[in-house]
Amino acid sequence: MSRPALHRQAFPPNRGKQAILSALIVYLVYAVLALDVSMARIVTGIGNAAHFFDRMFPPNTDPSKLALIWDGMKQSLQIAILSTVVGLSLSLPIGLISARNIAPAWLGGPARVLVMICRSFHPLIVAILFVKAVGFGVLAGALALVVATVGFVAKLFAEIVEEISPKQVEAVRATGASTLSVLLIGVLPQVLPRFAGLSAYQLDSNLRNSTIVGIVGGGGIGAMLFTASQRFDYDVVLTIILIIIATIMTLEFVTARIRKILL
Amino acid sequence: MTPDTMAPPPAAILRFDRLVKAYEPGKPVLDGITLDITRPGIVAIIGPSGTGKSTLIRCVNRLTDPTGGRILLEGEDITTVRGSNLRRVRRRIGMVFQEYNLVERLSVIENVLSGRLGYMPFFKVLLRRYSDEDIARAFELLEAVGLDPAFANRRASQLSGGQRQRVGIARAIMQNPSLVLADEPTSSLDPRTSVEIMELMVEIGRKRDIPILINMHDVGLARRYADRIIGMDRGKVVFDGPPEDITADHLNRIYGGEGWQ
Amino acid sequence: MSDIPLSAAPSAAQHWKRHSPLQSALRTGITVVIVAAVVWSLRTIEIIPEFLYDAPAQTMDLFARMWPLDWAFFPTDIFPALIETINIAALGTVLAIVMALPLSFLAARNVTRSPVARWIAQFLFVSSRSVNSLIWALLFVAIFGPGALAGVLSIAFRSIGFVGRLFGEAVEDAHPGPVEALTAAGAGTMSVLVKGYWPQVQPAFWSIVLLRWDINVRESAVLGLVGAGGIGVALDAAISNLYWDQAGLVLLTIFGVVWISEFVTSRVRARII
Repeated sequence: MSRPALHRQAFPPNRGKQAILSALIVYLVYAVLALDVSMARIVTGIGNAAHFFDRMFPPNTDPSKLALIWDGMKQSLQIAILSTVVGLSLSLPIGLISARNIAPAWLGGPARVLVMICRSFHPLIVAILFVKAVGFGVLAGALALVVATVGFVAKLFAEIVEEISPKQVEAVRATGASTLSVLLIGVLPQVLPRFAGLSAYQLDSNLRNSTIVGIVGGGGIGAMLFTASQRFDYDVVLTIILIIIATIMTLEFVTARIRKILL
Repeated sequence: MTPDTMAPPPAAILRFDRLVKAYEPGKPVLDGITLDITRPGIVAIIGPSGTGKSTLIRCVNRLTDPTGGRILLEGEDITTVRGSNLRRVRRRIGMVFQEYNLVERLSVIENVLSGRLGYMPFFKVLLRRYSDEDIARAFELLEAVGLDPAFANRRASQLSGGQRQRVGIARAIMQNPSLVLADEPTSSLDPRTSVEIMELMVEIGRKRDIPILINMHDVGLARRYADRIIGMDRGKVVFDGPPEDITADHLNRIYGGEGWQ
Repeated sequence: MSDIPLSAAPSAAQHWKRHSPLQSALRTGITVVIVAAVVWSLRTIEIIPEFLYDAPAQTMDLFARMWPLDWAFFPTDIFPALIETINIAALGTVLAIVMALPLSFLAARNVTRSPVARWIAQFLFVSSRSVNSLIWALLFVAIFGPGALAGVLSIAFRSIGFVGRLFGEAVEDAHPGPVEALTAAGAGTMSVLVKGYWPQVQPAFWSIVLLRWDINVRESAVLGLVGAGGIGVALDAAISNLYWDQAGLVLLTIFGVVWISEFVTSRVRARII
């Protein structure tokens, strides 16, 4: 077993790591084979791609189409705004309650389970359920993204709250302040700046997702995008995608600017 | 007060009655402390670390719950009060901490004003509706503890240690307390600032005519500023008297031979 | 009780406000913008009251239809689709790494001197991130037809920006010491990257990859809704046919897989970081 000292290596191999890596490679080879992609399919694909790009360019700039697209995009924006505002107002208390250093277990436990359930499903799946519950349209999409917001923001916010300095809280408690006042004066000032950061991030994320909830009937530009691609109107698809990218980039730029001003 | 008390008890502002605290069963940190604080002035509690000084002080405003015995504040048994009654007790007791424990991201003046939180309903706290008198008093206190009002809108995190402790003291006095607790208030400060802070405490105790209970490990400061010294060792009181009565023998007993100088 | 003479009350007290004029103007401004945005959004939202009154009943109906779950559906349809989903997530992540690694070195200020090259890499990252994986999937389904291949490619293309940007930042944070030592010893570019940067950024690399893999498992579960393979195809079929007992089982399966993947990633993260 023991290697002669003469052959000592500068970078000795790590057996465990090697085993894991080889297992990973074997799995990946299997996964590629399981994809069942023939050369022929790729060749056809590349042929398709030429055709596809041919139909895609130039993007469709018919004014009536543009007006329709803008309507859809506006809806997506509205979904993003509503879901962010409502989702954040819910995430603040739920996140506080889920933090282990704030609430007793009988309250925190259920809150953490709720957050975990919100996180478990992709917004698109949640949107399917809400479409069934409240019908097609903006409301279903917005509710789905509220759930996504709570799942993400409340979880991270709880982690932030768990890192606060207990000394500052204790001092406020010692003045005889009520529990709610302690939260307001002792806890929130410590965590609000980072909550604001999470909020900006979540607004961006909700806007990205508000462009796809329409695929399952949740309102916004997604429905139009899906129909256009099923009808092979790739010039419209391209226009929509360009508008989505432009909107997302603008919003990202604006939120980044606001954060710079505020911090 | 118990109904069978015939005559009013002697006017103890604070009374510890066989107070016991054990974090682990069978290993008491406080082992039957009985003390009366009857007069205003500085009461210094000295002793090696781990001897229960902090626990004793924290039992008074119930940041720590005692295991046995009783604590009476101005004749009222506060050993087991809960909820809003506990909060009413706490607002009568100001507390100064070793590491100041200011809310770092709030302004200096808001930290001072937070001493009024025990008197304010939640919606006023939510809207930060401090009364005009409170604001005026907060500014007066800022001056009284030796801080320029220009500091009022600075963030607490921008202050030096000594300045922070002054804010901490102002916050405690803002409560209008009948008693002030101070847990090692000078241990994080340099010697010069420590002296300044001690003099400030003496001045406040004298002006407001209230007792100030201070934990400290610096025997020199205790002898210089205290009106009464309580020496503790392993959860028991081993000395209780005026500073001039304390001898090297006492100190050797408290500190187990050395290390107090 | 006023031990300090009131006459000494500084005039500052009378004028004290929590915020400076600039701060309160800013706060008012932000509040107005948020309220205006919400009002604008609410005005065009069409809420049909009948649908809302109906919602509790519909929700109950939904769960009633899901129960009992159609377990016979599991071995025939769900399990193969589940394996495909996991494969899509894994292959997509690996493909993304292969494409993102060179780009992130290209994007890192301390490795690449040419601003044009850095700008190109950044542009690719932003484009990749701005397009949702579902939209990438629509495009790849259009090119390669429905199936797992489109799924793998869409996961990969969406992940490039994520992995590339974060890993590029990690490379920028790397300590210059070892790199300079190697350069001074005359090592070539490749060995500087492998022996100088890699050991330093390796923990960050694995943590980024795990994070993205975890996200990709969730995403690959829905790609099937637009035809890009995986368990979403089964979900789509079940829902279109209104077989809610099958749909319920799919949802339960996804829930289980997400759970396991979160457990695994947190375990692995604890081991290697």
